[in-house]
Amino acid sequence: MLAQTTSMPLTGDPSDIARRSASAKTGLYFLMAAISSMFFLFLLSYILRSQVSDWEALSEPWQPLAGTWQLWINTALLLVASISFEMARRDIDRPQQSNTRQFLWLAGLSSLGFLIGQLVFWRYLMDRGFLATTNPANAFFFLLTGLHALHIVGGMVAWTVASRRLSAISQEAGSKSVALAKLSIELCARYSHFLLVVWMLLFALLSSSPGTYAAIARFCGFGE
Amino acid sequence: MAYADDAEHEELHEPTSFISKYVWSQDHKVIAIQYSLIAIFVGLVALVLSAMMRMQIGFPESIDMDSTEYYQAMTMHGMIMVIYLLTALFLGGFGNYLIPLMVGARDMVFPFVNMLSVWFYLLSVLVLLASFFVPGGPTGAGWTLYPPQAITQGTPGAEWGIILMLVSLIIFIVAATMGGLNYVTTVLQARTHGMTMFRMPLTVWGIFVATILALLAFPALFVSGIMMLLDTTIGTSFFMPDMFSPNQGTALDYTGGSPILFQHLFWFFGHPEVYIVALPAFGLVSDLISVHARRSIFGYRMMVWAIVVIGVLSFVVWAHHMYVSGMNPYFGFFFAVTTLVIAVPTALKVYNWLLTLWRGNIHLTVPMLFSLAFIVTFLVGGLTGLFLGNVVVDIPLSDTYFVVAHFHMVMGVAPVLVVFGSIYHWYPKITGRMLHDGIGKLHFWITFLGTYLIYFPMHYLGFLGMPRRYYAWEGYQVINPESAQSLNAFITVMAIIVGISQLLFLFNMVYSYFKGKPSGGNPWKATSLEWLTPETPPKHGNWGPSLPVVHRWAYDYGVPGAALDYTPQTTSGEEVPIHESDHNE
Repeated sequence: MLAQTTSMPLTGDPSDIARRSASAKTGLYFLMAAISSMFFLFLLSYILRSQVSDWEALSEPWQPLAGTWQLWINTALLLVASISFEMARRDIDRPQQSNTRQFLWLAGLSSLGFLIGQLVFWRYLMDRGFLATTNPANAFFFLLTGLHALHIVGGMVAWTVASRRLSAISQEAGSKSVALAKLSIELCARYSHFLLVVWMLLFALLSSSPGTYAAIARFCGFGE
Repeated sequence: MAYADDAEHEELHEPTSFISKYVWSQDHKVIAIQYSLIAIFVGLVALVLSAMMRMQIGFPESIDMDSTEYYQAMTMHGMIMVIYLLTALFLGGFGNYLIPLMVGARDMVFPFVNMLSVWFYLLSVLVLLASFFVPGGPTGAGWTLYPPQAITQGTPGAEWGIILMLVSLIIFIVAATMGGLNYVTTVLQARTHGMTMFRMPLTVWGIFVATILALLAFPALFVSGIMMLLDTTIGTSFFMPDMFSPNQGTALDYTGGSPILFQHLFWFFGHPEVYIVALPAFGLVSDLISVHARRSIFGYRMMVWAIVVIGVLSFVVWAHHMYVSGMNPYFGFFFAVTTLVIAVPTALKVYNWLLTLWRGNIHLTVPMLFSLAFIVTFLVGGLTGLFLGNVVVDIPLSDTYFVVAHFHMVMGVAPVLVVFGSIYHWYPKITGRMLHDGIGKLHFWITFLGTYLIYFPMHYLGFLGMPRRYYAWEGYQVINPESAQSLNAFITVMAIIVGISQLLFLFNMVYSYFKGKPSGGNPWKATSLEWLTPETPPKHGNWGPSLPVVHRWAYDYGVPGAALDYTPQTTSGEEVPIHESDHNE
């Protein structure tokens, strides 16, 4: 017996944008859940490892993270990226899309700026002898910031796609190309907000005092 | 069902060249077959490794194997079977083939990412197999890869083998994540008209929840893999403690790392992994039992919730793998309790399978035989799990053959029986031909009885106190008396027989592909959507011009007033009354 099938009447635009949009957003949410799981487990490992006597926190007064102005600049860049993506997302709905392109560029450039800023800080640490092998706290710093940066790089790839789709609008004006560009920018915006939150958590943890680590460890049952 | 409205009018770009159709294919069915063939191939490698180990244990004089090779074989056998065979086959193979067909979609929602997933999987397998050919060979650290041993000189494969293993695992996790995003999103977003969540076959539920577990648990393996890779390659001390070189007696450069941290991370992945394999098996076997007993599944909603509850609980039991590592007694108590609590939803499922069979019209087809064998085997393996879940019982039994027998029964043999049953069941849909029944039954009986003759004696050896992981017994007659050695030789003979009998299965797959009896579209007279495709095997896009419309759940067998003993999901309530179990009308 074959399937009983039906031909549903066409409803509105036959394009598949609505479907792609819902799927892409769902997929992104699950991707963010998997990434969150990864960083959460790294953070737990960080706390547990911080309770061993060889740990020398980078936030101690004589250590590089005692002053964090460089990382605050990087944080500001990431914040600008996130806000710019959000503005680009909002602007594309307005009749004159005059500012979307500018906001998208600003988002891309500030993301790139964040990556360069992080690299500069890595260089700063290494020049002062804070290598991944010299202390587990350093190793965690490089590992966590490196993985976060890799996720930003992934976001930059998505940014490239969004930019190309935005350019396509001017060449073939139509509701489909606008919708595609909008979807891309929307996904970029959500991902960028997510990575901003992840970074702020990482930043807070990496620059916390050993006392804070000990308190969290006790709370988690790792401590004495 | 906005998806279905749009999907119906989507243009289908059917691939035309050989390459785009069979190699760089984005069709979920081709990808499923690619996943399955790679998994079966690498599984055969692991099967040969197990035969070599058994020869070494049963008849050491007959095989030229040293301790290094034994541990390498053991490690690779374990890792391949758990990750590269079972996980890949259930999610990448069955998940890919069945999800879109069962929910009435044309394909997965991200076909390109799906294609990338299978190619990353192949890459991970190649990297893993490459470790057989590097200096020092593959890692022999045991499949759990515990540091500090895994990366300390003196352990087999500590130079290159462990690096390739970790890199391969990381690539596999990327592949599994790309596939997993497809499976969950397809289930949530691409169901056809009328296909509510509670009308989905239990197969889809099992794979869906298992995929969510995979997305959340694999990161733990990823995290531990990355950190161990850095410990090995650049000399960080995430897991490596202060220690002396076992060879030279000099202090190594590591300081203060925590091997226990690795164990926590590994098992935070490792225990959900058991259910990443088991939940799809639960789902598949539910459908097999229902179809071949011509009975609606008993307690459908209870079955769904049991799958969800088992999935959630599987995240809070991991430390029962670590009782002998030492832990606060209160933690031990907590993990023992959660472990035993998981038996409740699991037992509910077993009861529901039995109640589905009760007064059913049981057809002893090959898929049904494998399903019945699964229930028994899972029960046996589960009951010994109750032993091992208790701290005080686990400690004396730990590191004995009892544990080996337990986990092989519950997560080796039981899921593999479902794999076989499912292949016998869905092969007609995949190829359009039936597998040979006689060969199938012979394969079943040898496999089923053979595995019991392998693993039942192992429980006794474990009770005798025979430890795992010993590669030779010269000088250890105290723990391996003559009688135990005879039993070991017997187990080896049975293992070889069961191993060789799998050639029957392979032969059957190839033979039936060319010479099998044509199956038609719905040889088992089943109700779920995959049996209702316009063509068999289904063509690109699965459904022709229009998507199917679902009116009922997937388990309407023997509905009063219906002309047939089965009512397909696409039959409307006007033709055949909707079953009262389907609350979605």
